[in-house]
Formats: sequence, structure tokens, C-alpha cells
Amino acid sequence: MNDHSTGLVASTIPFSNVDGPGNRFVVFLQGCNFDCVACHNPQTIPGHAFEGDHPPTRLSVDELLVAIRRAAPFLSGVTVSGGEATQQAGFVHALFTAIKADPVLQRLTCFIDSNGGCTPETWRQLAPVTDGAMVDLKCLDQQIHQEMTGQPNGEVLASILQLQSLGLLYEVRLLIIAGVNDDPALLRRTAEWLGAIDPNMRVKVIGFRAHGARPHMPALVPPTPDALDATAALLQQVAPFDVCVI
Amino acid sequence: MDVNEFEVRAHALVTDGTVGYDQKVRRLAALATEMLPYPVISEACEAALDKRVICDMYEGNAPFTARYILPDYEKALAQGLVHLEMPPPTDLDDALSFLQIMYTHVPSVTTYPVYLGDLDKVLERFVTDDLTDAELDRKLRRFWIGIDRMLPDAFAHLDVGPHDSRITRSILRVERSLRQAVPNITLKVDPAITPDDLVEDAVRTVFQTGKPHFVNHPMMVADHGERYAAVSCYNSLKIGGGAHTLVRVNLKEVALLHTGGVDSFLATTLPHYVELTAELAEARIRSLVEQQHFYDTHWLATEGLIDIDRFSAMFGIFGLAECVNLLMAHDGYEEARYGHDSRADALSRRVVERVAELVAQRPMPYCEGGGGYCYLHSQSGIDLDHEVTAGTRIPVGDEPGMLEHITTCAPHHRYFPAGISDIFHVDETAVRNPQAVVDIIRGAFVSGMRDFTFNLDGNEFIRITGYLVRKSDLVKIAEGEAARHSSDYLAAGSESSYHLTQRAVKRVGVAERSPR
Repeated sequence: MNDHSTGLVASTIPFSNVDGPGNRFVVFLQGCNFDCVACHNPQTIPGHAFEGDHPPTRLSVDELLVAIRRAAPFLSGVTVSGGEATQQAGFVHALFTAIKADPVLQRLTCFIDSNGGCTPETWRQLAPVTDGAMVDLKCLDQQIHQEMTGQPNGEVLASILQLQSLGLLYEVRLLIIAGVNDDPALLRRTAEWLGAIDPNMRVKVIGFRAHGARPHMPALVPPTPDALDATAALLQQVAPFDVCVI
Repeated sequence: MDVNEFEVRAHALVTDGTVGYDQKVRRLAALATEMLPYPVISEACEAALDKRVICDMYEGNAPFTARYILPDYEKALAQGLVHLEMPPPTDLDDALSFLQIMYTHVPSVTTYPVYLGDLDKVLERFVTDDLTDAELDRKLRRFWIGIDRMLPDAFAHLDVGPHDSRITRSILRVERSLRQAVPNITLKVDPAITPDDLVEDAVRTVFQTGKPHFVNHPMMVADHGERYAAVSCYNSLKIGGGAHTLVRVNLKEVALLHTGGVDSFLATTLPHYVELTAELAEARIRSLVEQQHFYDTHWLATEGLIDIDRFSAMFGIFGLAECVNLLMAHDGYEEARYGHDSRADALSRRVVERVAELVAQRPMPYCEGGGGYCYLHSQSGIDLDHEVTAGTRIPVGDEPGMLEHITTCAPHHRYFPAGISDIFHVDETAVRNPQAVVDIIRGAFVSGMRDFTFNLDGNEFIRITGYLVRKSDLVKIAEGEAARHSSDYLAAGSESSYHLTQRAVKRVGVAERSPR
């Protein structure tokens, strides 16, 4: 059995208002199984670390708890993001278990921000100590997903279905890159697929921004605010989603 | 001031096209009191005042009104007003009309009332079950427009909470729909009483209008009793009382005048200037009470709506950040900056504790509201303060992350019963997650913060010390137009000093009362 008492952590932030409900402490874990062209934290992808980055550190559950305790009075919960959080599922499990065993911290909710690229067994193991998950759906189309992430989307779609049935699906995120995954017919199919799972689903439409991402040839194009609003409107024609555009 | 200077300044004022008629009248009156002799103070006190090591907030040479007055509006509505020949109102329309009339007769150093009442409590008995929310909104909306147009001063302040009420909800709706700079608002928050969704409703209102301010109700009650309110730019004082005056000491200047280390600063230099500041307060209080006989003559006092025994004076400090950094540098720790270094933060607490101790040992006449002593206060700045940070704040642009910022500031708050403001900056992303701000407010109060105020990045409203201006109004003044709110001019002074609209606005320097 592996030692799950430590994890490789890219960074932490004590306050975030964009990583789940309320104010949250966020742990960004190092390492990812995807290689997304639009990644905003490319230094967390193996082989992509570049000079000048804050190097990842190996932290124990106890060390993280010290930092979380300091911020705890101001928090709704803790979110583990990445990189890809489920790549260190054992550590995530150990961290969440420790939070729920701590008399002061147990009121905090434990969320995972995931690319969805993991096995059903991983979610089954994490479910008892997890209160919610946010999953990215880079693209419903297999081919485009492969081009955007370097990986197929079968596990992602299965993760969304499984998390919904476990009652843990908090939000699905759609990252929109102009000319790559914003075809209206594709978006409509995406909405139909999501709407069949939960017509009231929280869907976050995120416009690609160049800031933080690696240079790409040809350059990736951020969608216009109007285009994002049109995407939101299109989704809501299909189902009464709780759509948020950022 | 000699007659020639008076003429020059009066002439400049009456010919200034950017100042409106009402403002000219008020400023001429302030100018006239500068022709009167100053209350008698020692040479040392006068020298420190001239050098602005200590400061009287330019209240004028012969104070003839208390600086901050908190009339007991509940009592006024119950017993009516003899002086104004107003019988007690019997319905909501009469009550709102009564208040509107009364407000225009409540004095302060700004000439506008700084306290408009705890409106949820004051109006509660007039809001009957047959009145719909839509009707209530319509009435309050009309009242709100009247406040902004008739009392055009962002220090005019009202309070709501800690209990939820239909009036409070209506006030927040009206605020969001009107988006006025006036009135200023405080929500009293008691974690055990105030529901999360009311705090969240208030947070959503801040996103729109920069208001309300949040105060830690249990902490305030412990210091002032149940009958307190936050007024003006977040000064917490007793209802039915207030503050005679506000004096303050510039800790940066005191540190600059000091030669030696921390221990002698705390033992000798600081006590010397605290005493000079206290002397200034005492002289001004005696002038107001014994010479101008304000409390013997004003109808608010003679009708029992204020009571001198519920007054005190406010003792303000500012420039703590520079003071601490100077003292650390003197000891060879140049890199140890306030807000970024635990040694500097520990020193800041020693300085504040020492000031609090000295103020608590200096009896002050006519200050029964404060148990015979001044209230310590950390808020005020004026538009002439340069290169010095308001109160105990961390300098603009030098703030650490919010958690560090709060944990640095929170330990100071218990020393300042009359209010302390650290203004926090919240990313626009919070608009989609107001619960995140509710979490922070609750955490701040658990951590011992007394006051909590935040600005949303990108908001049309800018918070100066504790009052609001609209960026568009500042642009108008810069372009030579007369402004409608008196507080806009003070903000314009700060704006031109700090170029606030030209950089990403987090929070503003300072501005309260300009001498000219």
C-alpha cells in the first residue's frame, strides 16, 4: 500500500471565491494526466515545468491542516484542484478524512475540481469523504477532445454520470475556445447530453484567456463576451440550467 | 488669520465656479469662525498643532456644535418635537415626513446630520401587515431620494440590524435600485441573530452601491451598550449622545521627531504627544460646553433627545504604518514592514496598546459617555494628509493577501470603541459567489474585528475613509463642474492627491474635512 500521508503540492491559496460554494481554501496538486492546450497552470503538467516557477513541494496532511486551520473561520470549505486532483487520490482521501475527523474543521465541505479523467473506482473510494465535485468537460466530441487534451473523453463522460448518481456533481465547466469547440451544433448536443443528466445542472461557461496559458501555434482565440452570452443562451434553450458565464 | 487673508480666501471662494451656492454659504461660515480666537492651549500644544503633529480636523476656532450627534429618534417620534411644533406621528407617511423635517435641523460640523437613526427600529411600529412590500418600497424610495437631494453629504448615515426586518429588506432593495451615494448605511451583525441570507442580501447590495458597512454587534454592545450606532464614516457612538470633537495624533510625525529606540519612544515621546492631543481635546470640549453652551441651549438637549452624559470625545491616531516602519528601521530592520513581518506587526500592537493605555489614564471633562475618558478611534484622515496612511491601515498598494491583511488588523480592533476601518478589496468574481464574502465577514467577526468594509473592484462607487463617491462625480469636478454632494469635494481632494481613478482603485487614501 502506498503512503498517502504526503502529497506533491504545486501551491495553495487560503481564499478563493471561484472554486466551489463560498470562500474556500484551495490546494493545487502537482501532476496531470491531460495535456490541455489551454491549461492555465501548465507548470503542473509533467514535462512542462519551466524556469522561474515556484517548485512543487511535498507536504504532509498535517502541514496542510495547519494552514487550513488558520483560514478556517473564514471558509465554507476546502477544494483540491490541480493539476489533476484524482492523480493523487490517496492523498486527497487522507486529507479529507483528516478534515472530517478534526473537531474544528469538520464543518468545512470538501470539494474536488477535476478534469474527469479517472476511473469509477477512484470516485467510489473518494465519495465517502467528498461533498462535491466540479468537472471540466473540454468537449463532447471525441476527436476535438483528443486534440484539446491529448486524451479521449470516455472517462470524463463516465465521471460526470457517476458523480451525478452519487449526488456529488456540483458543477460542470465548459471551456470555450473560439473556432475550436464553439460550434453551435456541438454546443447544442452538449446541452442535450447534460440536460438529460440534470436539467437544472450548474454549468459554468468559461471563455479561454491567454493569460497563464502556454504559447500555441496557431494562437488560441478567446471568445468574445457576446459569443459567451450566446453560448449561455443556447444552453438555456435546451434546459433550464443554472448557467454562469465567466 | 488676519483680515487681508480672510478677504483673499472669501473672495476666492465666492468667485469659484466649481463650488455651488449651498457649499459657498457653508464654507464662508467656516471661514468666519477662523477669525475668532482659538481656545486657550499651551505653547507646546500650539506648536504641535501648527506642525500638524496633532490635528483638530479643522473644526473651526470656536466650536458651536458637537461634531457627531446621535439624536434619539425613537424618543422623538414617541414624544413629538416642541421646538419644531411636530406632534408624534401616527402612521408611516407622517413618520417619514417627521424624520425628513427633523433631519434638516440636526447640527454637525458638516452642517448635515451624521446620524439618521436605526431606521428598522424607529419605523417598525409604523409598518403594518396590510402594507405590501411594493408599497413600502415606494414610500422608502421617495424618502431615500429626499435624503440624497436634501442632505447631499455622504456622512449622513443610518443603521439597520442585527434583527432581520421587512424595513431592512426594503431598504436594501431601494438602495440597489437607486444607487445613490447618500445615505451611508451600516448593518449590525450578530452571528447568533442575523441570518446568513440577510448578510448575503447586504453583500449583494455592496456589489451595487458600495454599502452597507458591517459592524460586529456583540463587540459594540460590550463597549457601548445596546443603544449605539455607527455614524458618519463608521464612528460608533452612543445613541442619545455622540462625540463633542475629534482630535488626532500623527504617529508618523511623532516617530520622525523621536531620537532613540522603541522603548524610549513608548516611555517618553509618545506619551508627550498623546498628552498634547488630549490637551487639545480638553480645550475644544470646554469651549463647546462652557463658552458656547451648546448643551444648555440646543433644543435637542432641552427636549431630552440628546444628553451630555452620553457624549465623549474621539481620540484618533493615524500613520501607524509609517510609525512602525520608521521604528523598525531605526533598530536596523529596514525590511520589516507593517503588514508583512511578524516583528513589525508585534510592534504595531505595542504602539496601539500604549496609546490605548495612555488615553484610558487621561480623564477628560464632559466625557461621561466614555466613562470620563476619550474613545480611541482609528479612521479619520483628511484630504491634506500626504505620505501618511489613515488610521492603523496598511498602506494602499502594500496590502498582503486578505487573510494576512485581516489577521494583521484584527488584533487592533478591540482598542477602538469609536470605530476602526480597514477597507478590504474583493475581486469582481465574488459577484457570482456572495456567500464567499459572507464567509469572510463572519470569520472577520470571529477573529475580533469590530468593523468590516469591502470594496468591489470595478465598482462605480469609490469608498474614501468611510463615505462614498461616484467616479463619474469626481470626473465632473475635475472638469470644472459644481458637484451636488459636499463630500464629493473632499473626495476630489483625495483623488487629486492620490490619483485614485487613474490606477486600479483598491481603496482610497483619506479625506474628511478640508480647511478651505
